[in-house]
This record gives sequence, C-alpha cells and structure tokens, in this order.
Amino acid sequence: MTTPTRFSGIALPTVDEEIWRYSRIGELDLAKYAAGRLDTTLEVAGDARDIVSTGSFADCGRAMPIAVDAFAEISAIQSTGPTADVTIVRIPRGRAIIEPIVITRTVSAPGVVATPRLIVDAAENSEVTVIERFVSADDVDALVVPIVEMSAAQSARITYLAINELGNRTWKIAHQQSLGERDSSTRIYTVALGGDYARVRTEARLIGTGASTQQVALYFADNDQMHDFRTLQTHVAPRTHSDMLFKGAVAGTSKSVYTGLIRIEKDAHGSQAYQTNRNLTLSEGAWAESVPNLEIETNDVKCSHASTVGPIDDEQRFYLESRGIRPEVAERLVVLGFFNEVIERLPNLPVVAGLRDKVAAKLSGAS
Amino acid sequence: MSTLQISNLQAGIAGKQILHGIELTVRSGEVHAIMGPNGAGKSTMSGVIMGKPGYQVISGAVSIDGHDLLGKPAWERALAGLHLVMQYPTEVPGVHIDDVMREAFATRGRDTQGLDALIAKEAGRINFGTELVARSLNVDLSGGEKKRNETLQLSLLKPKFAILDELDSGLDIDALRDCARRVEAATTEDNLGVLVITHYARLLEELRPDFVHILAAGKIVKSGGPELADELEKSGYAAFQ
Repeated sequence: MTTPTRFSGIALPTVDEEIWRYSRIGELDLAKYAAGRLDTTLEVAGDARDIVSTGSFADCGRAMPIAVDAFAEISAIQSTGPTADVTIVRIPRGRAIIEPIVITRTVSAPGVVATPRLIVDAAENSEVTVIERFVSADDVDALVVPIVEMSAAQSARITYLAINELGNRTWKIAHQQSLGERDSSTRIYTVALGGDYARVRTEARLIGTGASTQQVALYFADNDQMHDFRTLQTHVAPRTHSDMLFKGAVAGTSKSVYTGLIRIEKDAHGSQAYQTNRNLTLSEGAWAESVPNLEIETNDVKCSHASTVGPIDDEQRFYLESRGIRPEVAERLVVLGFFNEVIERLPNLPVVAGLRDKVAAKLSGAS
Repeated sequence: MSTLQISNLQAGIAGKQILHGIELTVRSGEVHAIMGPNGAGKSTMSGVIMGKPGYQVISGAVSIDGHDLLGKPAWERALAGLHLVMQYPTEVPGVHIDDVMREAFATRGRDTQGLDALIAKEAGRINFGTELVARSLNVDLSGGEKKRNETLQLSLLKPKFAILDELDSGLDIDALRDCARRVEAATTEDNLGVLVITHYARLLEELRPDFVHILAAGKIVKSGGPELADELEKSGYAAFQ
C-alpha cells in the first residue's frame, strides 16, 4: 500500500469534456482511495500454461498507444512496484488454444484503486478466447481501472469477454483496445450487470486489409447504477469490417449512456461498418442516452447506424398478456427476449450459460 | 356448457364511438361468424372484448358464465377462458412459443411436463414446421405462418371461447384450410365456442358457422344461419351500409 498522494499530480477529467458528458466523473474523489491491488485467479488448461505470464509496465502499450487520459496515467503509475498487476497472454504463431482462459479479478479490500492490466498478443494465425470477470462484494467501495490491450497479427483470432459482476459500491473505469492486422478477427464482448458507476471505453482499430471486429455488449442497470459506454470502430485499412451491437436496459433510477463513433479513414475504401444501440427504459425514473456518430473520409463504404431508447412496446406486452400471462412475467419475457440477441452471439461457454439466469434474477429484483 | 354474453356493448377509440350497442350470445361448441364491410367495427369489437389498451368502453357488459370481463385486465380475461387470434400477430423478438406457453400454463396451474411434446404434436396437426416453431414469436414468419402460430397457441391453451379476428387475411389456401379445420375440430373435441370475424365467406367453407351476423356501422344489423353468408357473397354488403 502506498499513500493516495501518489496520484496527486493527476487531473481528473470533468463533464465539460465532451467524452465525459453525462458521466458521473464529478463524484469521483481519488483522495478517498489508496493505491492497491485486487486478487487475480487464473483458470488455464494444462496445455496452455506456457502462454500466460506475469509482466511489467515495460510490456504495456506495445500493441497500441493507450488513449491518454487520467485513468491510463493512474494505471501506468501503478504498473510498477507492489501494485503492478500485468497479465500477459502470448499465443505463438499458428497455435490455437481451445479451452478459454478465465481470469477472475476480485476486489476484496475497500478503499483501494486497483489497476489490473491484460495483454493479449496473438501471433500470426493463432487463436484464443479470454474471459475476464470482475467481482466484488456489495459493501466494497473501491475503484477498478482495468486495461486490456489486444493485438491480433495476420489471420489471428481473439475472442475477449469482460463480465462485470461488481458490487453496488464499486466503480469501474475500463479501457478495452484492440488492434487488428491483415485478415485478423477480434471479438470484444462485454456483459455489464454490476458496479455503481461502470464505464467502458472500447476501441477496435483495424489496421490490416480485410481485418474484422465485433463489439457486442449487454448491460443492465438498476437502483442508482450507471453504465457508461464509449465505442470506437476505427477503420484504417481497406476492406475492413466492423459490427457493433450494444443492448441495454435501465430500471429503478439507474442510467446508461452510449456514445459511439464509426471512423473510416481515407485509405479504408471497401469497408463495412455497422453500429446498433438499443435501450429499454423499464421505469419512469430510469434514463438512457444514445449518441451514435459516423465520420467517413472515403467513398465506397457501407455504413449503418441505428439507435433506440424507449419503454417496452405496448403491443408486445398486450400480445403476451392476452395469452394469460401476468404483466410482470410478460415484461420479463420481453426483456429477456431483447437480450437474447446478444446472448446468442456470445461464445458458447458454461460461464455464458449462467448469464441469462443472472439477468433474469436481476430483473426479478428490479420489478 | 359455458356462455359468452355481450350486452349493449358501446365502445370507441380516441374519443370516437365505433360500437353502438352489440348484442350477442355465444355458447360452447357454437361457431358464430361476424361479417361486415371495412370500417364496420370488427377489429374494435375483438380488441374491446379482449381488453386491448387504447379502446374505451362507453357502456354495456361482456361476461363468461356471468363473470364480468370488462373490469379485468387482458391476462385475467384469458384465464377466464377467452382467447384472441390476432389479425396482425405482434412480433416479439427473442421470445419463443415454448417460453410463452410455459408461463401461460403456469398461470393456469397446468402441468408443463411434456409441453414440448404437446407443442410438437399440435404443430404437426396444422403442418407447422418444427424449424418455424423454434423461431422468435412471429419474427420472420410469413402471413400464413403467423396464423398457424396463432392457431397452435389456441390449440395448446384450450380456451372456452376464441375470437378469430380475420384469421383469413393474407392467408394462402393451404394455411387457411389447416387453421380452419383445427378450430373446427376444437369445437367438437374441446367444446370451443368461436366468434369468427371475417370479411369474406371463403373461411366459412372450412369453418362452418352455426350463426352468421352482419355488423355494419357498429351494430349487428342482421342475424341468420349459414345461408346468410352465401347471400352476402352474392349480393355484397351494399344493402347494409
């Protein structure tokens, strides 16, 4: 443990900055927290143990420069000395890791800032699935600042799934970044159920011809929670493909924000980019904002974006109720159906199978 | 033996009165056809009886065996034994028929063991393909497939009374026959009482009505036997408008 003065030089952003607009950043008091760590446990199949190691700050930021902001700085400061927590998954050329690597990050000490970093470096034509779970008990007032950097070399395939099951007093401010070279595939999934204020900035950069990426998220907030997402689909190279689907629901007096940008740079001709964000507001007091954006610097591209915010459709509710289903059950069916589109796209793994039940359980608690 | 009783039903939508005093009695096992031109109030009638939001009841009563329906929400009307086969079944993405039937059986206190086999059996009776049964409710289904889906739910839920709101609209001849025959069978197998709302007599060749009523300008203007449908087919609605 070191003293919070370690962060004394850090200037936190404010809601006056466009990318922090709508956020709860103004509530954050860094002085409340001491530098610290969380507990990391790894589940790795025997034949894949050699690809996972513990690194240091020197390994960070190689794949792509981390977006410079206060939280990247905090993570950098903590990535040396006793607070360092850098996990590296490095898959050699041509190797496919069949069993997913599951990393569980548990925040057990209140009052700390923890900055776990994960580096996934997939060499040419390799394949890996990494699941990173974030967990804390309800009374743990802490700040988690995770960073994941993914780098997919030519024809490499990375699947990453972040699951937020943090307690209701834990804050999370995360960076997800991926870099895709020629013909690579990166799939970045997020399931956000927990946390007090949980923000994820996720950026997929397609730098090699024919690279593709998917960014998919399910988020569900209740009580006073807030989920805050910033997405970037950055097409640098020609004939790249990005597909983004974010679906969320807000109950109680919770909030969610989605702001996304598709950016097609001048050399990225022949690219396709799709962006869909749909939000259900399940109560009068809940609030969701959706701001999709396009920035296209070349011709010959296919782009679409769609965004909706609204309550459960009355016709759908009536249809189910007319079959003799109670209103609260009809509502649960509609919401679970709404999320099914996302759940069906997640990798078929035991940890995913349980998520539908967790969403259902949260829904019963919220109504 | 049950009775669906509609007495002096007056109702409207958005402040405009559409139904001007409907009187109708349907008993178990009977098939009543309501025929009428566009704008007669056919869909308003089915919506009001089932409790679709947006309609206002001005006066009158609807009951099953003396138990009032109009004071109840839609789901309780369904539990009382009423079922609506919708003209335009709503798409509910990500929700499957087995989810819905499981919940609908649960509210009725019916055992859900063997439900999947029951769904497969009933789907088979109306030639509704298993790959279509697995789709989200009414999503990416053709007009005919949607009506088969509606008929499948009717056959599973076994209500006392079913209102078929233009079951035949947008339906190909095979689907029409499969659906109509299934409903006809339910009138004898389960003693289902049917109120079939239609614009055309075509449907009534498969689903034989015991009574035919002509609805015009929100009132039943003429009632008779099956011959009334044939008469209408020849002379049209002009005489009643």
